[in-house]
Amino acid sequence: MDLVIVDYKAGNVQSVQFALERLGVQATLSCDFETIKAADKVIFPGVGEASSAMAQLRARNLDKLLPTLEQPFFGVCLGMQLLCEHSEEGDTDLLGIIPLPVKRFETDLKVPHMGWNQLEKLQSPLFEGITEREYAYYVHSYYVPLSEYTIAQTSYPEPFSAALQYKNFYAAQFHPEKSGPAGSQILKNFLAL
Amino acid sequence: MLTKRIIPCLDIKNGRTVKGVRFENIRDAGDPVELAKWYAEQGADELVFLDITATNEERKTFAELVRDIARHIDIPFTVGGGISAVADVEVLLQAGADKVSINSAAIRNPQLVEDLAKRFGSQCVTVAIDTKYTEATGWKVYARAGTVETEHATVDWAKKVVELGAGEILLTSMNNDGTKAGFALDITKAVSEAVSVPVIASGGAGTKEHFADAFQEAQADAALAASLFHFRELDIPDLKTYLKTEGIVVRI
Repeated sequence: MDLVIVDYKAGNVQSVQFALERLGVQATLSCDFETIKAADKVIFPGVGEASSAMAQLRARNLDKLLPTLEQPFFGVCLGMQLLCEHSEEGDTDLLGIIPLPVKRFETDLKVPHMGWNQLEKLQSPLFEGITEREYAYYVHSYYVPLSEYTIAQTSYPEPFSAALQYKNFYAAQFHPEKSGPAGSQILKNFLAL
Repeated sequence: MLTKRIIPCLDIKNGRTVKGVRFENIRDAGDPVELAKWYAEQGADELVFLDITATNEERKTFAELVRDIARHIDIPFTVGGGISAVADVEVLLQAGADKVSINSAAIRNPQLVEDLAKRFGSQCVTVAIDTKYTEATGWKVYARAGTVETEHATVDWAKKVVELGAGEILLTSMNNDGTKAGFALDITKAVSEAVSVPVIASGGAGTKEHFADAFQEAQADAALAASLFHFRELDIPDLKTYLKTEGIVVRI
């Protein structure tokens, strides 16, 4: 299988590659239009700030390419948010693949939402073998509200989208590459889609 | 619910863990990767690696080690020690670290906190604060591994670095560190209430009850300890089971 991790200098690219390596899978890092287009599956990591990540994508013309992809695609953390329409972070227009907003946590709780929290209402083959209320690792200050595309949710304190699916685009707000054995299982499930 | 985090801290010198570690079931307890794997299996929520080497040459070794840790560990980890520039951080994050911790460099050059937050995002910028209380000064911030008193009052400094973009505070009380008499609850609580980002309590852990106090009384979001875990005076599964019976949300 030809697995490509989108490398746009804005992400936790190395950690995702290592997590796949632990599963015995070699992934190619690339920001090349043709390489990504030809891949069997694409993983789109991300940490950092939305507007600078979008600038990196635009600089590589990937803002045009990613919405046209038809193979199974997995956005992680900021990589999930970038798939949406618009983010309150830096008032940024995103890739616009999934018609959802990205909002800042407005809560008395600590922000960033940092640490291990539970996955609930799991409803996707992505969560095959994962039990309800399994813990996953999060670190983020912005979130995607619940929607018809939500395939898992987490509460902080209100429920938000822990994961999304829209056509071939899967996405997780948590970090499967840092979420212990459960996270590895979720990556494995994506590879099996 | 979001859980409270338990964080073992490993001091690294020349790519090896220091502080003699008592682990019978580990092949090489001086090997940070072996030790980190063991902690991950024990249920540690995160790890902190502090590079206590001094020279630039040795720091290159540390970056290689960070890469090796990231390759083998499936929980998040923070690295710190001797970071003074954006370029240092770039190397460590690219090697696979999730967060970096800066201390003296932030005191020398507060702009660094802002630069790091803008470049890499607040979520990966932990500011470590070493603090000491004396009757004459109250709680003050200390630089250079706790050897130099600064002009900063601790709560004010914590607020300032958060304004600049710190995403987390690692607060170590020098009065408590090494005493095993418990965390400094008053200053931990004061900082936790003053800032909107998570606070890690550090220094003084000696019993399970101390952790419960840090979470309940001082409202810390995470608690860090080194020798207590390394010498197996307290095992993480026992600690977490206890915390759960105390009504504290932990990942078991």
